[in-house]
Amino acid sequence: MLSSLGSGGGKTAKPSFVSYVTPEEIKSEKEPYKKENQPDLLPGEVVFCSACPVLKYSQDDMSQRGVFGTLLCTNFRVSFVSDEVQVEETCKLFKNKLYGENDIPLACVDNIYGGYEDKKKLITGGLLKNKYPSKIIVHCKDLRVFQFSLTYSKEEDAKKIFQGIVHHCLEPKSLRCVYAFSYCENTTSPEMQRKERTMLFDCLEDWTQDMKRTKGNCRLVTENSSFELSQKLPQFFIVPLNVTDEDLVKFQGNGLPMWCWSHHSGCALFKTASLPLSQEDNVPQTYMEKMLTAVAHNHLYSVKTEDLSDTLPTIQDIQLSYNKFKQFFLIDNTTEFWMSDMKWFSSLENCGWLDMIRQCLLKAVEVVECLEKENTNVLIMEESGSDLCCVISSLVQLMLDPHYRTLLGFQSLVQKEWVAGGHAFLDRSNQLHLKEKVESQSPVFLLFLECVWQLHQQHGPAFQFSETYLTVLSDSVHVPVFATFLFNNDSHRANVLRAESPSSQRGPLNCPSVWDWSVQFDCRAQDLFTNPLYAQKTKQDRSQRKSHRPKHQRQLSLPSSAFKTPTKKGFFKDEADSLKKILGVKRISRWMLSPSSDFPPMSSIKEFYETWQAKPLDYHGMLLPCLDGPSIRVWMQRYLRWIHDVQILGGGPVAVLSKVSELLAEVQELRSELDRHARTVTSNHRGAIRTRAKTAPENLARSSVRLSSSFPFVTSRNWSFKPAIPTSMLQSLMMSEVAGDLASREDDGSEPETVV
Amino acid sequence: CVHLNRNTFKTWVCPSLSYLWPTVGYSDQWDDLNKRFSPPLTAKDVTYICPYIGALRGTLTVTNYRLFFKCTDREPVFVLDLPLGVVSRVEKIGGASSRGEVSYGLVCKDIRNLRFAHKQMEDSLRKSIFEVLMKFAFPVSNGLPIFAFEYGQVYPENGWKVYDAQAEYKRQGLPNESWRITKVNDHYELCDTYPSTLVVPVNISDEELKRVAAFRAKGRIPVLSWIHPESQATVTRCSQPMVGVNGKRSKDDEKYLQAIMDANAQSHKLFIFDARPSVNAAANKMKGGGYESEDAYQNAELVFLDIHNIHVMRESLRKLKEVVYPNIEESHWLSNLESTHWLEHIKLILAGALRIADKVESGKTSVVVHCSDGWDRTAQLTSLAMLMLDGHYRTIRGFQVLLEKEWLSFGHRFQLRIGHGDKNHTDADRSPVFLQFIDCVWQMTRQFPAAFEFNEYFLVTTLDHLYSCLFGTFLCNSEQQRVKEVRAKTVSLWAYINSQLEEFTNPLYVNYSNHVLFPVVSMRHLELWVGYYIRWNPRMRPQEPVHQRYKELLAKRAELQKRVEELQREVTNRSASSERAGSPTRSITPVQTFV
Repeated sequence: MLSSLGSGGGKTAKPSFVSYVTPEEIKSEKEPYKKENQPDLLPGEVVFCSACPVLKYSQDDMSQRGVFGTLLCTNFRVSFVSDEVQVEETCKLFKNKLYGENDIPLACVDNIYGGYEDKKKLITGGLLKNKYPSKIIVHCKDLRVFQFSLTYSKEEDAKKIFQGIVHHCLEPKSLRCVYAFSYCENTTSPEMQRKERTMLFDCLEDWTQDMKRTKGNCRLVTENSSFELSQKLPQFFIVPLNVTDEDLVKFQGNGLPMWCWSHHSGCALFKTASLPLSQEDNVPQTYMEKMLTAVAHNHLYSVKTEDLSDTLPTIQDIQLSYNKFKQFFLIDNTTEFWMSDMKWFSSLENCGWLDMIRQCLLKAVEVVECLEKENTNVLIMEESGSDLCCVISSLVQLMLDPHYRTLLGFQSLVQKEWVAGGHAFLDRSNQLHLKEKVESQSPVFLLFLECVWQLHQQHGPAFQFSETYLTVLSDSVHVPVFATFLFNNDSHRANVLRAESPSSQRGPLNCPSVWDWSVQFDCRAQDLFTNPLYAQKTKQDRSQRKSHRPKHQRQLSLPSSAFKTPTKKGFFKDEADSLKKILGVKRISRWMLSPSSDFPPMSSIKEFYETWQAKPLDYHGMLLPCLDGPSIRVWMQRYLRWIHDVQILGGGPVAVLSKVSELLAEVQELRSELDRHARTVTSNHRGAIRTRAKTAPENLARSSVRLSSSFPFVTSRNWSFKPAIPTSMLQSLMMSEVAGDLASREDDGSEPETVV
Repeated sequence: CVHLNRNTFKTWVCPSLSYLWPTVGYSDQWDDLNKRFSPPLTAKDVTYICPYIGALRGTLTVTNYRLFFKCTDREPVFVLDLPLGVVSRVEKIGGASSRGEVSYGLVCKDIRNLRFAHKQMEDSLRKSIFEVLMKFAFPVSNGLPIFAFEYGQVYPENGWKVYDAQAEYKRQGLPNESWRITKVNDHYELCDTYPSTLVVPVNISDEELKRVAAFRAKGRIPVLSWIHPESQATVTRCSQPMVGVNGKRSKDDEKYLQAIMDANAQSHKLFIFDARPSVNAAANKMKGGGYESEDAYQNAELVFLDIHNIHVMRESLRKLKEVVYPNIEESHWLSNLESTHWLEHIKLILAGALRIADKVESGKTSVVVHCSDGWDRTAQLTSLAMLMLDGHYRTIRGFQVLLEKEWLSFGHRFQLRIGHGDKNHTDADRSPVFLQFIDCVWQMTRQFPAAFEFNEYFLVTTLDHLYSCLFGTFLCNSEQQRVKEVRAKTVSLWAYINSQLEEFTNPLYVNYSNHVLFPVVSMRHLELWVGYYIRWNPRMRPQEPVHQRYKELLAKRAELQKRVEELQREVTNRSASSERAGSPTRSITPVQTFV
């Protein structure tokens, strides 16, 4: 098969395994089943339409082979049920209880393409005027790609399923139609346990507790518990002490500094939706000044403001960039994949996604520097106050507060900053496909998870949760079951859940939270959410830290104390007044900052990082990311997990993790053995020594040889152990363009160049 | 010192060299040495212009082995310690300027440049810094011995004994009914760039070997490198056939390749992997070389692997250095990296090795690998394929054997490719072929973090001593050149490595000896080796949190084990004393590491 010129042409060197059986032949061997198969339906799930037989192409080869089965569309998912007897995967560790490997939750459908002979066309919804495609290609938001052939079932069934899928996946619908509501009506999810729980920040205690924990000294606002103040504001929130009742209602919450987190020095981080300022109207400006003064009063009369829209990408930029980025991973066939491999780095750079991650992390580091080094209050703002503000405020807290690097802490952080913080999850996902909301669609939350992943891969042992946890969380955004990601803000959630309640007596509808992981995974699968490398804080650490802290604090606050004298206050006001007149400003950040307190310049950030880096790393202290080019990477697990050709069989991070887990289990084993011994020694001289029970760590398969880099999302049994040979390795531009005469030179430099 | 993070030369203080340190003062040994060498030269008030920290003032010392700069003005103390072997070129920057400053630039082989400046001193001293540098950095050009010949450190193990060709072939089950060990090259008469021990098909006589040698470039006949323990498929290596423009044939060579194929009963095919791009292979016909035609070699299939020559690789590394040193341009990092093509070359080499390993493992087919001379690209391909196929080579000692065998004994021309002690830095024979190989190995360790016994530090150390000229391992061009002088008078790098294995061991190593590794050769999984190419940048602190954490756990386990054992003893003692008639308690089996 390989010609004498080897892999000279892209086409001759396809994977060397070719199936000589065409789908038609397969079909004639096996009579198509008349019987339609149904998946195990979930509570409240209804089948809309189905077709049979449908051929699902297998992704991992070019031979156009696949499996026959039934394609269905329900109110929850697009589902393919194979005719082949499913081998009961008793050993399958990481099974999602809500959907299987051949199911696509409706909200997870990203794009649908129609396949015509050798063209593919993006389907945008509405009735198809032209010919019905023979193939339907589904790109999913979790990066899976499905290809189904519709030519084997009755034409009318094929049309129906095609139209059905397009209708339910792409066309506008009302929130009521989202599966979550049918699901909730038909299940009774138990209340989450109150002890050792994720704080949801839907009640007073959670806010009180969080402020107490960080020793913040701000005002807890309870007046909005039934959204009397504003529909936009959370039920409960915290503002600086000096904010009055009057201030609360002034501009529907715009311009109101919302407390995020207090630094141990006393300064705090606030965020706000910026207030549109106009030259004609002085009221907003006066209000803004008052709010800034209130923030400054929180600690030592200093405040820095940062308008995030000045320096960070807009939500449209984020959407555009991600759209380009994701295309690298939505692979229809391997030839395409290997072709794109050649220009991988420059394509990656051009889409700008990694750069956006870097910018967000950098901004967060800037804020961290203000809080940690200068002990200044910081107010971040943007138009909505709930997009990049959420990204930055949560990143700052992750970097500064080890509590948020635990699993429950992280979940609480997402609840506080994103869910209670009013991030418009529904609009940003636009899972209702409303035309007027197309512009507001943007993967802001994913951008945040990406940033967290960068921190995680740079400082793994600092995090209690695993990479897999982050990947699963990013997938769960598109599982339309959880109340967490279904609404735009607190009042939206409360109103809808109350309205949808089956009976008014029973109170609002009880939709599960995504943090109730048992809805999706059993306990063993949930074990994979914890990071075996997590450096648990030992008692020793804690006592050390306690004694250490005051010194640390003093040291840090010394250099900056100069401009924190109360006299600053006067200067601050005067300056603001005079500047205001001169500039007739629009942006607060420009004039509220006195020259000396400008946001840290780049050189200072570098220094700040280097000083931190020079100290021994404390996983329970401040964490900063390295932002240099090579340090910002692609989240391999999330993006490459479904692409067969890049699975490292027997390798990948799991090889390390399984080894670490084993060792951890051994250490635990020894600990309990010690306990046993201690008991026998003290209680009884005649202690029978029990030989160590050989309980191998259950959570990871023993031989990581069989696992791949896609673990736990794909098990390698599906695939052969044949390596993927790149199909277009050669004739790269490099040869003709760059190498030029060097390429044709002899290896022996001494010999003359006689080559034509 | 932040700056020297992970620098090999920092972590070990070479005891035998301490006498060369001016601060230690003179000793008897020093006097002895003084007879042959000029004393170390020390200059005060020299400025090192660090691209990261800025100008540093300190003391510069040059000995016959190293350059040592120390700045005590700052906290922590800044130290730069560089073996002169690393220096590729020394240049004066500008003349004596009006301000009376003289400036030198050192271009190094390990991806950094150093710049020093000092006030114009009395003419003699200024001159001597430059001259001493030129003298000891390039001993070969000055008719001086390379430092390795002076280095008298004694290590517990003789590193030269790590590789014994006979023993290695025996491990592979050779000789067997199809393959024999020939003595024909015992005195390097058949081929002076080959090792003395060669494995060839049983039914080919030494006379025939000589005739085959006449048809292969530089007499480098196809010989066995590795045999599959089950299928008997083999990896054989050679140089190009001397086909020429007229398509010359050799019955002996054809018969010989047939014999290689026949030695493996599992397959009726033989794959010939020509590492070169087909254009280059064809161009070689103009000079008498070329490639096997499929007409002449009936059952053979020829595949070109499109790996470029040493000049392209040298140019690629030059560009890479521009991109990574001293600073990285953040906004265009990825496209700049792509424009160097460095990772593309790495990808092609790994892809070639992967195809070879796949043919041998999955296809059970024997392969013949060659390029032009069979000492650069061929060495890369066979050694990488063997690393994929045979877990033994993934141990520390196994890897040493692999290097000794495929690179050193088979005549990779280290002296020419590296240019040890030679001031001719523009020499077209220099090329980072071995560096590329180590880079490929590193890429594999990234993909299979538990499959290699050695760690990243081992690979970095190997590369550092590729240039350092402290050990004899990488001196000379062939086994023949090395076998007399070098083995007798220098220390092998492996003596040093094996004396402190702990440092070079990957704590996560799991020995899956029979497991074949197929790395993924997509750009998605290849990355620039930051820990080597960008290690001079203090911002890129190498982070091995996993290893660190794992070591902590190991320590914890050891501690707990100890306590368990102590308690056991206590229990045993007590029960023995209280109940004399009691049967002795069976001692617990020590906790073993799972494999």
